[in-house]
Amino acid sequence: MKAVLLVRRGAPGQPPTEERHEVPFEPGQSVLDALRWIRSHRDPSLAFRYSCTNANSCKECMVRLDGKTVYACTARLQEREMRVEPLPNKMLIRDLVTEIAPPDERL
Amino acid sequence: MAGSQHLSADVLVVGAGGAGMYAALEAARRGAAVILADRSLIGRGGATVMAQMTVAVGLDDDGLDHWEHHYADTLKAGRGLCDPALAQLLCEEGPARIREMDAWGVGWARENGKVKRAFAPGHDRARCVYVDFLNTGPAVSKTLRARLNATPEIRRVGDLHVTSLAVQHGQCVGAVALHVPTGDVVSISSRATIVATGGLTRLYQRNSASLNMAGDGYALALAAGAELVDMEFVQFFPIGHLAPRLIGMDPIMWDPFRYKLGGRLLNGAREEFIHKYGGVDEGRYVTTRDLVTYAIVKEVAAGRGSPHGGAWLSFEHCSEEALRAAAGPVIDRLAANGIDLTRQAIEVAPIAHYHMGGVKADVRMATRVSGLFAAGDAVGGANGANRLSGNAITEALVFGARAGESAARFSNNEKAKADPSAFSVQTRALASGAPCGFNPAAGIEALQATMQLDVGPFRTEASLKRALERIADLRREAAPAKPPAGRPFDTALLDWLDLDTMTRVGEIVARTALARTESRGAHQREDFPGLDEERWHRNQVVTP
Repeated sequence: MKAVLLVRRGAPGQPPTEERHEVPFEPGQSVLDALRWIRSHRDPSLAFRYSCTNANSCKECMVRLDGKTVYACTARLQEREMRVEPLPNKMLIRDLVTEIAPPDERL
Repeated sequence: MAGSQHLSADVLVVGAGGAGMYAALEAARRGAAVILADRSLIGRGGATVMAQMTVAVGLDDDGLDHWEHHYADTLKAGRGLCDPALAQLLCEEGPARIREMDAWGVGWARENGKVKRAFAPGHDRARCVYVDFLNTGPAVSKTLRARLNATPEIRRVGDLHVTSLAVQHGQCVGAVALHVPTGDVVSISSRATIVATGGLTRLYQRNSASLNMAGDGYALALAAGAELVDMEFVQFFPIGHLAPRLIGMDPIMWDPFRYKLGGRLLNGAREEFIHKYGGVDEGRYVTTRDLVTYAIVKEVAAGRGSPHGGAWLSFEHCSEEALRAAAGPVIDRLAANGIDLTRQAIEVAPIAHYHMGGVKADVRMATRVSGLFAAGDAVGGANGANRLSGNAITEALVFGARAGESAARFSNNEKAKADPSAFSVQTRALASGAPCGFNPAAGIEALQATMQLDVGPFRTEASLKRALERIADLRREAAPAKPPAGRPFDTALLDWLDLDTMTRVGEIVARTALARTESRGAHQREDFPGLDEERWHRNQVVTP
């Protein structure tokens, strides 16, 4: 079984690209699981952020999934093409990572 | 090419979980200018925010308890290896911190105006305060974050990953860090520095850790000249969630269910089994973590595990009303995952949850390196060979406050200033490197598999030696592959740094576990069952 993630990549000022990744699918998996699988099996440079992995307590893994804002750790992976993009209303840092820190907690 | 920046403070706190936030607040209260840095977002990463329920504290206002009872239970759970002074500090100062959190509006669960206390395994009475529903950690974090926001003496900097401490003339004078969003190298000079980076449970494949629990503080402190203690003792939480797959739920989630409802722990044949290993279950949650972990792993090894290799945990005898009263909206989150506890048992198995060992510090939280302090789970010794349920947040708050106080005092008396050369070697090291084909994220997974299999709840000489070889191989593979700093949110560099830290720390855990030729608390050697009081009633200290 396979799921397919279409992942928007790129840095500010560059034209974004879309990468297609086939990911092994197990029922019950999250989109974050699939992103982590891509990083450790396909491309270590794929940037996305998370901290707590599965508890939905850090709230750091917000992305756009098929045009809707979700937590990647609670969005279920499905056996179809799913489009993952960075948050549109935040400053892009790289790939799926945007600046989400409160302004007075930045360097 | 990496840019560079410089910051300075009286007190630098590395890590913004419960211990780091409390340390920053206490240092600022005593007049210090503080930088609170975290590799993740402030108060979001780390273990505190993930805690679901219990905070152990000997509240004596109603005459029902006293810190000395809590202290006696802590020593007993520690199987003879607690540092008595640290354990006493944890228990004696616990009530003041819990009351302070109460005054700050954390919202401890109450009944008839009194703070409610739950019974937890290993305690002689109901002693654990909490915030409903399964909301203790988020409430503690939120309360501390609100205090931080109202404290202008504290500069909060998220996404700042401290990669080494700067030492000059034997004194810790600050740190070097990677600014994650830009890839800039940052030097921070500080008169006193507190390591509050939590534990190491991310070293294991099955863990309840966040990304930043990779043993950072141990590697930082050791490299700066501090000692580590009790590194072989990794606590496995016996009933971490195993199956069916749940999303958006911490794997420790069944702990509060058991506190409130008991629940029955059953083997693959749906029989009670804890009593066969000298414990008690009978639908009550009373047996300590080390013993339940042992019992589950033994049942699985004997072919009596649940389908996914753990045990069944059943609340099928509980009514829907009782379940909802205990867990509130969490019942709906379970329903969204397709789980109805009145109709099905779930599978649980031991999961790396806490590390008793850590940086060796005295009751001032001072390490042997002048100017370097530690706080929270990063400190080793208070919990000996096995931590009592509920002591981790208490430890974070108490040790955090004490470290903040000591660091502020130290910085007041310390007028020496670091000269820029203190940072030059480490800033150059962070900026240098050459990208190559090595995948550090895969390296981390390989390390986690090795630690789980060979340095997990059960160890043998052969497994530990195998792990040491594998770790050495990983270090050899990774060594030439460090990416240079300078790229925004460079996950390959972040993972490489983590793999470097995790292999260093994993090697220490395996080495100390190999040396301890007995079984005690969370350290179980299949080739050396039972205590060896004569040889091993002592703590192992790792020196640089």
